[in-house]
Amino acid sequence: MKKVMMGNHALSYGAMLSRSQVIAAYPITPQTQVVELLSEMCADGTLDARFIKVESEHSAMAACIGASVAGARAFTATSSQGLALMHEMLHWAAGGRHPIVMGNINRSMAPGWSIWTDQNDSLSERDTGWMQYYCASNQEVLDTVIQAFKVSERLMIPGMVILDAFALSHTYEVVDVPDQAAVDKYLPPFKPAIRLTPSDPRAFGGLTGAEHYMELRYKLQKDMEKAPALIEETGREFEKIFGRNLGLVDAYRCDDADFVFVTSGTAGFTARVVVDEFRKSGLKAGNLRIKVFRPFPFAKVREVLKKVKKAAVVDRNCSYGAHGIFYQEVKSALYGEAGMPPVFGYIAGLGGRDITTDSFKEVAAHALAKDKADEEIVWIGVKK
Amino acid sequence: MVEIRFHGRGGQGTVVASKILADAIAKEGNWVQAYPEFGVERRGSPVVAFIRIDDKQIYDKSRIYTPDSVVVVDPTLVEAIDITDGLKPGGTIIINSDRRPEDFPFHGKFNVRTINATEIAVKNKLGSLAAPIVNTAIAGAVIKILGLTKLESLAAAIREGISIKPEDNVKAAEEAYELA
Repeated sequence: MKKVMMGNHALSYGAMLSRSQVIAAYPITPQTQVVELLSEMCADGTLDARFIKVESEHSAMAACIGASVAGARAFTATSSQGLALMHEMLHWAAGGRHPIVMGNINRSMAPGWSIWTDQNDSLSERDTGWMQYYCASNQEVLDTVIQAFKVSERLMIPGMVILDAFALSHTYEVVDVPDQAAVDKYLPPFKPAIRLTPSDPRAFGGLTGAEHYMELRYKLQKDMEKAPALIEETGREFEKIFGRNLGLVDAYRCDDADFVFVTSGTAGFTARVVVDEFRKSGLKAGNLRIKVFRPFPFAKVREVLKKVKKAAVVDRNCSYGAHGIFYQEVKSALYGEAGMPPVFGYIAGLGGRDITTDSFKEVAAHALAKDKADEEIVWIGVKK
Repeated sequence: MVEIRFHGRGGQGTVVASKILADAIAKEGNWVQAYPEFGVERRGSPVVAFIRIDDKQIYDKSRIYTPDSVVVVDPTLVEAIDITDGLKPGGTIIINSDRRPEDFPFHGKFNVRTINATEIAVKNKLGSLAAPIVNTAIAGAVIKILGLTKLESLAAAIREGISIKPEDNVKAAEEAYELA
């Protein structure tokens, strides 16, 4: 059934169709509608879940961890300052191997106080052990929540489904809402091998000395390494049922491309428009939209970029004192491989500044005029 | 691709109007994007909403700077702000007003059309006399003038999307459609 809905509600529908059993969340702009709709669904019986009101995001994640350890499918959503307040519990969720799925609306960190989009909130959580999916449309948001539960529960690693503030969260788009019976077929109930239950008493999250801790983290990394193949496999399975592929990357017109933008989030869709324009004027352009940031699709990025002459990474984030964060990952993916193209790094769209087709043309004009990527950071649309 | 910008004031239902129009347009199989200005809305202050329509999937996620048409829900905004900002040459401006198109300074440069949506809203008892809710009447005029969608699709979208007085809202849309 096709429905016009905002990105926030696409998250709610994804959580509903996944038959989330516990939802604990605290409101924050621009996430609020996600949990408003879910609370209504819980109240009117559309969704058979326990809705837990909490006094902070830290408690929201703590409640989700408690629910998950007891064997319930748990969902929450937050944004920016709220995600930062959750930080301690994010490590706990991943370290404890609780496959919670969370929506995060990319909103810039304060100060200056902002409700508009950039990726520094979620990218600051990159080392917590969560999987991170960056979406470009409301359809992808809904679909990815369902896929994320499947992947997370298979690997016992939590997943974060990420969307741009306003450009998706408050934008209405046509979304094909999957049929519940089909979703049930794709996503079986959550049945963890071990759970917190009085009939089988166990301790969770106890003191772990140097003789065991490292093995726990080794296993987390080893399971994370299985995620790329599993995301592709579950993406193909999703396509068989619903007709839409959910992969690690969206490589658009890259096969014969000389020049490729590397993008993420909604900017990764706007870039396609410019690619089409360039193609018409004879420039063989492409766009590699990175959908999954953790685990980082190193092999996929190498495979696509090894054939191109130049790549330009556009980051809506900055690791201050270093560089754009996707840029760093892309470069490290290519390092040491022979015949890799020069990679140019750009920062654009911080604090909700728009990334337009003209922004991409500026990026292309800069990269195409140079032989070597000799500048550390090129800022697009900044008032200097 | 068609791009439309709406100007209203917080509380008049401008954002809802864009959502209802998006619903109606999607019913006929088109792709649509509708979004409010990316900010904080307050009752009475100027608000802006946007719609992008195409017969194929819309990939451009940037904001709309050069709309094909502008819809002015609150006529007092014509003096307060430049509602023609970025409007494409010869673009259409639809204004909720009891005045004639030629009464507006930008008549001639742009294709100006007026519809007295306030009168239609008051007649159908939508909102209060002091603050009538004009969005469904405006939507009726917009779909006819810009040829966006069928009246039946708009009526269905209103019935699904508006819980307060849906039938009176449908009537307002129909009356505006006839008059536009």
